Amino acid sequence: MTAAPLLTVEGLSASYGAVRALDGVSLAIPAGGICAVLGANGAGKTTLLRTVTGLHPSSSGRVLLDGDDITRLPAEKAITRGLAHVPEGGGVIAELTVEENLRLGGLWRSDRRDRSTFTEVMELFPPLAERRGKTASTLSGGERQMLAIGRALMGRPRILLLDEPSLGLAPLVTRQIFGLLRDLRDRTGLTVVLVEQNAAGALAVTDTGFVLNQGRVVAEGASSELLSDDRTRHAYLGF
Amino acid sequence: MTHFINLTLNGLATGAAYAALALSLVIIYQATRLVNFAQPALALVAVYTAYTVTGITGSYWLGFAAALTAGLVAGAAVERFVIRPIARVSQLNAIIVTLGLLLVVQGLVGMVWGNEQHGFRYAFSYVGRFAPSSVFALVSVGAVALLLFALYRFTPLGLRMRAAAFHPEAARLSGVRVGLMLTAGWAIASCIGALAGMLAGPPFISPNVFDVVFVYGITAAVIGGLDNPFGAVVGGLLIGLGMSYVSGYAGPELATLTALAIVVVVLSVRPDGILSRPTARKV
Repeated sequence: MTAAPLLTVEGLSASYGAVRALDGVSLAIPAGGICAVLGANGAGKTTLLRTVTGLHPSSSGRVLLDGDDITRLPAEKAITRGLAHVPEGGGVIAELTVEENLRLGGLWRSDRRDRSTFTEVMELFPPLAERRGKTASTLSGGERQMLAIGRALMGRPRILLLDEPSLGLAPLVTRQIFGLLRDLRDRTGLTVVLVEQNAAGALAVTDTGFVLNQGRVVAEGASSELLSDDRTRHAYLGF
Repeated sequence: MTHFINLTLNGLATGAAYAALALSLVIIYQATRLVNFAQPALALVAVYTAYTVTGITGSYWLGFAAALTAGLVAGAAVERFVIRPIARVSQLNAIIVTLGLLLVVQGLVGMVWGNEQHGFRYAFSYVGRFAPSSVFALVSVGAVALLLFALYRFTPLGLRMRAAAFHPEAARLSGVRVGLMLTAGWAIASCIGALAGMLAGPPFISPNVFDVVFVYGITAAVIGGLDNPFGAVVGGLLIGLGMSYVSGYAGPELATLTALAIVVVVLSVRPDGILSRPTARKV
């Protein structure tokens, strides 16, 4: 009963100079899945996301989005195929207002005058609605992450890639954000890929997980299994 | 009192040209952190284009339109074909290249049009108090500043340009073609630089005509904070006024010194410029 994968990564490799950060990574994310990519610092998680989106060039391998090859597509084009990427730290533009940040996310769409997505995002994140005219530099860490996710949603993506949304957030706020992502998936069928160092938290809200180590996939499976697999946990996830 | 009013009007009119040039520098600095020393070269190309077109057609305004178009195109071309390949390597290289470009273009203009002075018309009559050409300088620069503000603040293009300037990666992840925004910024900046040239050029143009104007333009940009368009306008008018008062009351030989004095005073009171905001960026 596995759905056709929305995102397929085949043998993807990428380097920074002489350092090989990704070494033949393959994974498949089913449509409507919520999936964790785990691993220690430097395991290649961020590089995986950046290479998939087209922010970083791949040296070999392919990335397929719903069957279309997007490997060579630069990020600004990949976005228009229904991919959204929330980078580490959110990438919120501190100098712009909350509303401008959000509008920016939907600017490439031909139906950008349609306010309904904006209204939905405002309803999803009440704190943003209160501060829509303020510059983003005034937001708290949690609000910034909400804004980053909100901006990504403004493009009405099919798949949302998040790079360590829990970074620097209090545990309670992290749980809120994770819960919200899961809820979003359940309600709208949005496919979510969650790159995390907070393995326990991420596995608790996802269906499946991949563990990266030194640029390779070293374990994969249902999140519940990964959680109960002591060897993987001790070797790679550190809890 | 009449003297004072005359000096004020004069100062505002010359200040308007400095303000326009400062604006063109600030637009590029804001987007790329690069001081474009080639700006007077671009203005030079624009003004000489106007000279030629006006000479052929006899119409000042056709020449004026040609100058703005030439500025627009030259700015885009310089960004795309000269700056972009080099800026990838190092920012400092790009700045040095703009400096080199200035010398090359001045040389080329001298080869094509000659190094001697050519008479260059004002837009309108320049005699008397409230001379139409002074009013034109003020009104056109004021209009450009307002248009620019509206562009940045209210249009999708402006939002894209600001996003690309503040955070290129976040802009890309929102589907913004950052390279295109840089080209657009250079084009707009050079178009405004061309306007500055048309205002500061008369009564004579020569390949070095903008050297002094550029010094005041960059001074205006610096005291305005280098990345604030309104600061650039205020700075330009301030320098124009200051120089006009000093040369009127104390003698023209002190005018250049005035610009320097204004820089020293402004920067010692507000090191980041008159209208600088506290930096919002945190890493």
